[in-house]
Amino acid sequence: MPAVERPLIYANLRKPGYTVDIDCYLRNGGYEALKKAVALKPEEVCKEVEVSGLRGRGGAGFPTGMKWKFLDRKSGKPAYLVVNADESEPGTYKDRQIIYKDPHQMLEGIAITAWAIQAKQAFIYIRGEFIHGAKILERAIAEAKAKGFLGQNILGSGYSCEVVVHRGGGCYVCGEETGLIESLEGKRGYPRIKPPYFPAVLGLYNCPTIVNNAETMAQVKHVLAFGGAEFAKIGIPGDSGTHIWGVSGLVKRPGLYEIEAGKATFGELLYDLCGGPLDGRKIKAIIPGGSSTKILKVGERFKGKLANGTEFDWALEDIPLDANSIAACGTGLGTGGTIVIDDSVEMIQALSNLNAFYAHETCGQCTPCREGSLWLSRVSKRITTGGGLETDVPLLLDIANQVAGRTICAHGEAVAWPVQSAVPKFKDEYLESIRKRQAGEAVPKLKLI
Amino acid sequence: MHESPSSAPARALKPETLAQAPAIVAQYPQKRSATMPLLHLVQEDRGYITQEDMHWVAEQVGVTPMQVLEVVTFYPMYRQAPIGRRHVRVCRTLSCALRGSYALMENLEKSLNCKRGETSPDGDFTLEFVECIADCGCGPVVHVDAAMHENVQPADAEKFAAQLKATLKDPAYGQNPPVPGTPEWNG
Repeated sequence: MPAVERPLIYANLRKPGYTVDIDCYLRNGGYEALKKAVALKPEEVCKEVEVSGLRGRGGAGFPTGMKWKFLDRKSGKPAYLVVNADESEPGTYKDRQIIYKDPHQMLEGIAITAWAIQAKQAFIYIRGEFIHGAKILERAIAEAKAKGFLGQNILGSGYSCEVVVHRGGGCYVCGEETGLIESLEGKRGYPRIKPPYFPAVLGLYNCPTIVNNAETMAQVKHVLAFGGAEFAKIGIPGDSGTHIWGVSGLVKRPGLYEIEAGKATFGELLYDLCGGPLDGRKIKAIIPGGSSTKILKVGERFKGKLANGTEFDWALEDIPLDANSIAACGTGLGTGGTIVIDDSVEMIQALSNLNAFYAHETCGQCTPCREGSLWLSRVSKRITTGGGLETDVPLLLDIANQVAGRTICAHGEAVAWPVQSAVPKFKDEYLESIRKRQAGEAVPKLKLI
Repeated sequence: MHESPSSAPARALKPETLAQAPAIVAQYPQKRSATMPLLHLVQEDRGYITQEDMHWVAEQVGVTPMQVLEVVTFYPMYRQAPIGRRHVRVCRTLSCALRGSYALMENLEKSLNCKRGETSPDGDFTLEFVECIADCGCGPVVHVDAAMHENVQPADAEKFAAQLKATLKDPAYGQNPPVPGTPEWNG
């Protein structure tokens, strides 16, 4: 059976003639889920989201309902909702569509979430580069306020919530929730150490804060529209709803494909929906869920046991597209931003490209990450420019091993994982790249660094 | 990239820029949160941020100028020196690179007579490589001022450069309301 899409988040925005204004959204059933939500008690809304099994869409896949439960409600301090629309993981471009084409869907989710956690103030932290996107959102907020869906006395409930759009400054690390909070406070985006700075307890202005991804907010709208138990039937147990696969790189039809969790495989995504590799090429590897997830090589076998006890033995093409199956293969679903690499690509250049990214984006707080990311970038680049030594290959791994797990935030892992996963799988190719350059032989034309 | 401030005297901020500050500050429970939006405001007015601007922002949000400088130097989008009339940012990160952004950059360097990281001698273009700008399925992408150009093929660099040059003579540049699906809308 060929893979089929099941648009949920993208259902409206793909309709011909669909526009960003509130009238169009209302004609398409907009804000009905919010009406349902405010008729429920906040804790009942939390329960619906918990029952739905919704997992966050920002990359870590943490259960949304459980995250909300951690909110410290006893401190007496105001609670804040912060929406992470700082989409900056390389390969990820799913939230951009929601913001630019269906902003009210996200705002409805925000209003529902704010009601559930009783936040009187919400912030949307949007990428600084989304200049027009921020304007679209601001206009949408004004429209929603005028109709009583946001702002004062929402739908006559007596409950009020203001939403402010806050533009970032082009900094990857501000997508990390505590770095984002620091940035929103008007500081450098240095991530905070946990404990004690768990956002649900000590978040924005040291008040209890829920930080949720932009797409998660859109998903919450659908949780309320369906009801938690019905929503849980979409996808598979343990991973409900749809995943938006943002495929980029070297396939015939790169693009965004929304698929019910677990209802297709990587093979179906890459070959059926994306049309397979470019003519005359072969797919060599994929980075499944944004650049910091571990790389998968075509031809590898993935064997093991799922949490429910099922044993599996898969080729890359057989891996089902759900969080648990992908995690069982030693990588992660992440943001669903799949980068496809084919046989025209020299792997050391691809790695060097990402190493340069992480070296540029390290905030510099923690020595292992600050120094390690630069070393990795320099060592991999010197291989590509002909100055590489055979010992550079184990050196890359050695450096990466000294970064992961030794930093305040997950940027350390993001620096290390591409190297730690790629070096064992492509060691021979890296050595061949070094040898070719020493021998003065031709190297692949496609330049990546 | 943090350039040193220009020695040429900067023009004053427009009165309408200054007038927007109180409303922006009032949006936040704590004033300091308005640091970034005020810096964006200043930069959109003049194109870069001066020391005087940082003093002004500091006053608005109740911090020291040093605390504003800390922010300016942390975020890649803020600039302390003027740039060219058009700011051309080519995405360098893997998805776009796989689709040819390095070749595109090399071609644009020739077509715009400008090396990466620099401003052309006539002051028309500043050309830069930037990291992922979240439009990975349409690579290579080029962000020009507030417009996002998708699928800019290396072979089309000359044509693309000509388009950008034509905007220099367009008095309505950047003033038309964006239409869905256009680079201005996606920017």
